[in-house]
Amino acid sequence: MAGSGKSYLEGETGLWSWLTSLDHKRIGLLYFFSVAFFFLLGGIFALLIRLELFSPGALFPADMYNRFMTYHGAVMVFFVIIPGIPAILGNFFLPLQIGAKDVAFPRLNLMSWYFLMTAAVMALCTLLLGGVDTGWTFYTPYSISFKPATILMAFAVFIAGFSSILTGLNFIATVHRLRAPGMTMNRMPLFVWAIYSTAILQVLATPVLGITVLLLAMENIFNIGIFDPALGGDPVLFQHFFWFYSHPAVYIMVLPAMGVISELVTTYSRKTIFGYTAIAYSSLAIAAISFLVWGHHMFTSGQSEVAAITFSVLTMLVGVPTAIKLFNWLATLYRGSIQMTTPMLYTLGFMFIFTIGGMTGIYLATIATDIHFHDTYFVVAHFHYVMVGGTLMAIMGGAFHWLPKMVGKMYNESIARMSFVFIFIGFNVTFFPQFVLGNMGMPRRYHDYLPAFESLNKISTIGSWMIGFGFLIALYAIIQAIRSGSPAPMNPWGSKTLEWTTASPPPHENFLTTPTVTAGPYEFK
Amino acid sequence: MISMFIAMASASTFMPPAATQVAKQLNHLYAFMLISSVISFIILVGGMIYFVYKYKRKTANDKTPYISHNHTLEFIWSFIPFVIFMACFAWGAYIYKEMRTFDENALEINVYGKKWVWEFEYKDGRKITNGVDANGKLEPATMVVPVNTPVKLLLTSVKLSPEDKAVLHSFFVPAFRVKQDALPGRYTALTFTADEKGLFQVFCAEYCGTGHSSMMAKIKVVSKEDFDAWVLGEEAGGAPKEMTLADKGRAAYAKWACIGCHTLDGSPSTGPSWKGLWGNERSFNDGGKAVADENYIRESIMDPNKHVVKGFEPNKMPTFKGMISDEDITAIIEFIKTLK
Repeated sequence: MAGSGKSYLEGETGLWSWLTSLDHKRIGLLYFFSVAFFFLLGGIFALLIRLELFSPGALFPADMYNRFMTYHGAVMVFFVIIPGIPAILGNFFLPLQIGAKDVAFPRLNLMSWYFLMTAAVMALCTLLLGGVDTGWTFYTPYSISFKPATILMAFAVFIAGFSSILTGLNFIATVHRLRAPGMTMNRMPLFVWAIYSTAILQVLATPVLGITVLLLAMENIFNIGIFDPALGGDPVLFQHFFWFYSHPAVYIMVLPAMGVISELVTTYSRKTIFGYTAIAYSSLAIAAISFLVWGHHMFTSGQSEVAAITFSVLTMLVGVPTAIKLFNWLATLYRGSIQMTTPMLYTLGFMFIFTIGGMTGIYLATIATDIHFHDTYFVVAHFHYVMVGGTLMAIMGGAFHWLPKMVGKMYNESIARMSFVFIFIGFNVTFFPQFVLGNMGMPRRYHDYLPAFESLNKISTIGSWMIGFGFLIALYAIIQAIRSGSPAPMNPWGSKTLEWTTASPPPHENFLTTPTVTAGPYEFK
Repeated sequence: MISMFIAMASASTFMPPAATQVAKQLNHLYAFMLISSVISFIILVGGMIYFVYKYKRKTANDKTPYISHNHTLEFIWSFIPFVIFMACFAWGAYIYKEMRTFDENALEINVYGKKWVWEFEYKDGRKITNGVDANGKLEPATMVVPVNTPVKLLLTSVKLSPEDKAVLHSFFVPAFRVKQDALPGRYTALTFTADEKGLFQVFCAEYCGTGHSSMMAKIKVVSKEDFDAWVLGEEAGGAPKEMTLADKGRAAYAKWACIGCHTLDGSPSTGPSWKGLWGNERSFNDGGKAVADENYIRESIMDPNKHVVKGFEPNKMPTFKGMISDEDITAIIEFIKTLK
């Protein structure tokens, strides 16, 4: 096998060979197909939510709406955004970008995928048990209802957590042990830095989520009082535990996106990245500080005032490295040679949307304004601007950027650009009005609302159809590329990172001869 | 100049009416943040669009300068956001302190969140909850408060029926810019001083299940004269006068046999006397200390041996958990407050 030069897509081709493959590239594609499926599912729930909110009055019964809302959140967070970039693009490109043959533990890598699949099957089975209506946050004591569906969902999240932990562990080991000769830490592409910072978060934060949902399940099964005041527990304790994971998880979702954007902005400006060190270390800084800010989700929960003020000031500190990154990307554009390909459009869309998402984060970090905005549509708009506008834009940009490398075919530029137009405009039409709704005081998780909120909700729902249509176009563009795209050259974009120095698609062993690195990753000279 | 901008911005921010001083202050902070973000947005996104237009790729072999970093620039764009963020933090924390400053003479109203109604209980024993008008339409619970008077709400979440489960709710008044979660088994507090008369919307902002989106109420702010008249019952449709909350507490004191161990005259018995208990700092056998507030008294009823006051024997008092109702506990607390 070694050195045969056959592409990773050739050789064994049956379904079984894919399901038992230890090749990080094949596993990356397995994740791609499964995450795309979950995204479709979560997207359908999103469209149903918006359909209900198109006008006041009930189209679906409240309990059904509450299930849509819960599954949309749970599927999108635990099965789409968290695994999204690390498991698909990270799996595929992290080893390629550091000149490695594979990840450090290929079997563990495959096992992580099976964990995620097991969790997904369990999560879907909860639908057969009557469904879960707790919201993706599982706040106690509402979630202590002794319903089998809730218990199964808690176990599903527990197992999905293992997938995340093991993937993170694998990437940390890979980055430390498998870099090609000459690839020092400070020569690693920024995507690798971002995935590495994320991996640290995954390994350190996810166990807390595991413990929390396990305690929740135990309380539901054995009636022991941990979170339920009726049993002598403390419901606010749950919120502390939950956000101790789920706030760092926000950065698990968005740091990889920032890594993708760093790659794309330098490639399509054909210019070295501005402030390599600042971007790399600000990822680590964000990862570190993100452990200390969870209480900003709880300003109205009854936590002490000293705690609220402390969490507010610490949260402001996360804003600084985030702002630094935006300015660095902007400075990279300066005097570049900018090519408006689809990935670049998604990059610029990311910068536009993430700027709004980041700035509105300050409104929520400031205690007094958060008291008003907390649990309103302002928060819904904010986190969609960060996670959807940020992470999904980056996934789409990254997918088109690396598609030629992954499948060896070029996509059709005009169709792909059309997907951007619909997703970008649709996104803003959907979510910008929600900031205004939040200002006006419309609480989130409402299945019905006062007539005063109607027109903005209508606009928002129309936007959601545009997003849905945009993703259908994107899907078509990808299928069209795979079926009838022209063969991709080794380096269609003129990138400088290592994955572009091997064939498209890469051979099974990535590089026929191990590359030797003599310079940084963005030497556009 | 700047204040003019701030005034202009507050007029067009889609914020709800501002019916308290805190709300008006918050509008200024919000306007400051809005202006700062619009300027930052223009710099970042405007700069991005300008660069994209100006530095469009011209030939397939464009050469670009190799600019790896610039310490001055990097310092500036780290430091300026830092200063703005800290300003937002400090301003927000300042208003928050105002929001959390409780006036000793505030009008106290107990607020119960139930699935899925709000219920208000005044010290005179009057209870207000959802009603139905002549046409069979729901009339949301309407709290009546006097204008320009500090009001303190003591919130807790209770069961609607014995089989029910008390869950989290959150009391949200957009026009006052206040929000506070109501928790089962614990008291949280919220204060506001309405400086405008009117009828204001209350939402439940913490997801609580099927009826979450219909768990609404109103706050009616009236003149002090109208409030006094309302208290006398003129507007309440001549409903029979109920026992005051403290009287209900006195009845509960007898009903639950608290009287057996706790005196009202200051002399210790099996347990400490209730006279002078309220607001007093208690020292415990285990060396701990706590001020006797709502949550302390509640805990002493539900979990009496957790903190035993210095000089008293432990394990004398049984727990009342699962027996005594939240309403009775609240009434007992109110009764203790009157025993100065």
